Amino acid sequence: MRIKNHPILTFTQEAEIAFTFEGKSVKGIKGDTIASALSALGIMTLGHSIKRNRPRGFYCAIGNCASCSMVVNGVPNVRTCITLLEENMDVWRQMDKGVYK
Amino acid sequence: MIKKECIIVGGGPAGLCAASMALAAGCEVLLVERSAKLGGQLIKQTHKFFGSKNQYAKWRGFDIAEKLISEIIDHPKLTVLLNTTVVGLYKDQVITVLCGQDYTRYQGDALLVATGASEKFLAFENNDLPGVYGAGAIQTLMNIYGVLPGKNVVMVGSGNIGLIVSYQLIQAGAFVSTIVEAAPIIGGYKVHASKLVRLGTKILTSTTIKKAIGKDHIESVEIISLDENFKEIADSSRIIACDALCVSVGLSPMHHLLSMIGAQTKYIPELGGFVPLIDNRFQTSLPAIFAVGDCVGIEEASAAMMEGFLGGLYLSEFLDKKHPDHNQLIEKYEKELFLLRDGPFGKKTKDGLRKMEDAKQHVE
Repeated sequence: MRIKNHPILTFTQEAEIAFTFEGKSVKGIKGDTIASALSALGIMTLGHSIKRNRPRGFYCAIGNCASCSMVVNGVPNVRTCITLLEENMDVWRQMDKGVYK
Repeated sequence: MIKKECIIVGGGPAGLCAASMALAAGCEVLLVERSAKLGGQLIKQTHKFFGSKNQYAKWRGFDIAEKLISEIIDHPKLTVLLNTTVVGLYKDQVITVLCGQDYTRYQGDALLVATGASEKFLAFENNDLPGVYGAGAIQTLMNIYGVLPGKNVVMVGSGNIGLIVSYQLIQAGAFVSTIVEAAPIIGGYKVHASKLVRLGTKILTSTTIKKAIGKDHIESVEIISLDENFKEIADSSRIIACDALCVSVGLSPMHHLLSMIGAQTKYIPELGGFVPLIDNRFQTSLPAIFAVGDCVGIEEASAAMMEGFLGGLYLSEFLDKKHPDHNQLIEKYEKELFLLRDGPFGKKTKDGLRKMEDAKQHVE
């Protein structure tokens, strides 16, 4: 969920950015990374682990831990926590170690 | 391969301060930053800094970042690469950088590593469940992107980061029900802890997390009490409901680039883990490679900035481009660094630095 009131920070109303997640049309806002937009939508599972198929979520937010790796526009292993959201991005949960299509 | 006079890896407080000094001394600087913005962790710090005027006391972190960036960003001798990760460091100060799908190589006459630190993790059952976050990640989500990760949060760790992030969660509209701390005492400043207690947060010392519970995401946590030997006390288990768990158990220096090229490192727990050995001019065991900031030992951002200024000055001197006020500036920033480490909270760093001195004598 988005923070509306904050004693120190002001979050200005930003333009919406439309993209797709698992084939469904969703929206983020300008300035979002892919992972922050998904987090604001309440989507916590960004992929599954390779061997045990366990859900993987947002963890470090600085491109360090690889927990948020997703398939974006067909490219696997995109660190979605440091990749800015763009109009019409096609975002999928990653279930394997990453295969180029 | 593109040649540059001086390459700085990392655009956080240490890297920015090093760049400003190197530029002022007349060097040409290439500054490489992994994320989309300069400023490192400062840009998510909404709290006011402690310390003296020269250390930006009373300034909020994000204002410090803006000031440091604005002072150098239009400099004609500065090139900034954003969204660019240094993935390799090789002999003769050669780096390979990755931006999107493209690899490029650069070579510097000298190179300064200011890669900062990464968050430590904690072993407990289901620690990989979505909804378990690092403290820094929560700060990023809230304070940069305006997204609240949860409404009812449990914090692990009562150091200053754990306390400050708990307070920031409350400011952003969340409830922090509990902070658990394995040690028998609260780790951070009492002033922060008291503020949280007044806002209804329970701080449980000698307590830790045993397990995260939930199917696809976290729904509750099991906590246990610990005895004086950090062993579980029987029948002390309790379940607390939450929708986010924040892990704030310290930071470890990102020495990896320096390790891959064979710089001498040593495990010094007081400095946060493996750190490169540096001399009193911030030079590593490798020629023409310097390191400053949290990647040579975990401290506050104020210390990273002072080290950055000093590193930039020594780097310029090494390149025969000594800053006109070199001696006065060195004296000024050395003094600031000394003052920062002089209090009771600086003891750990000083102990760590002494261990580094000992280690250097053995590897000459």
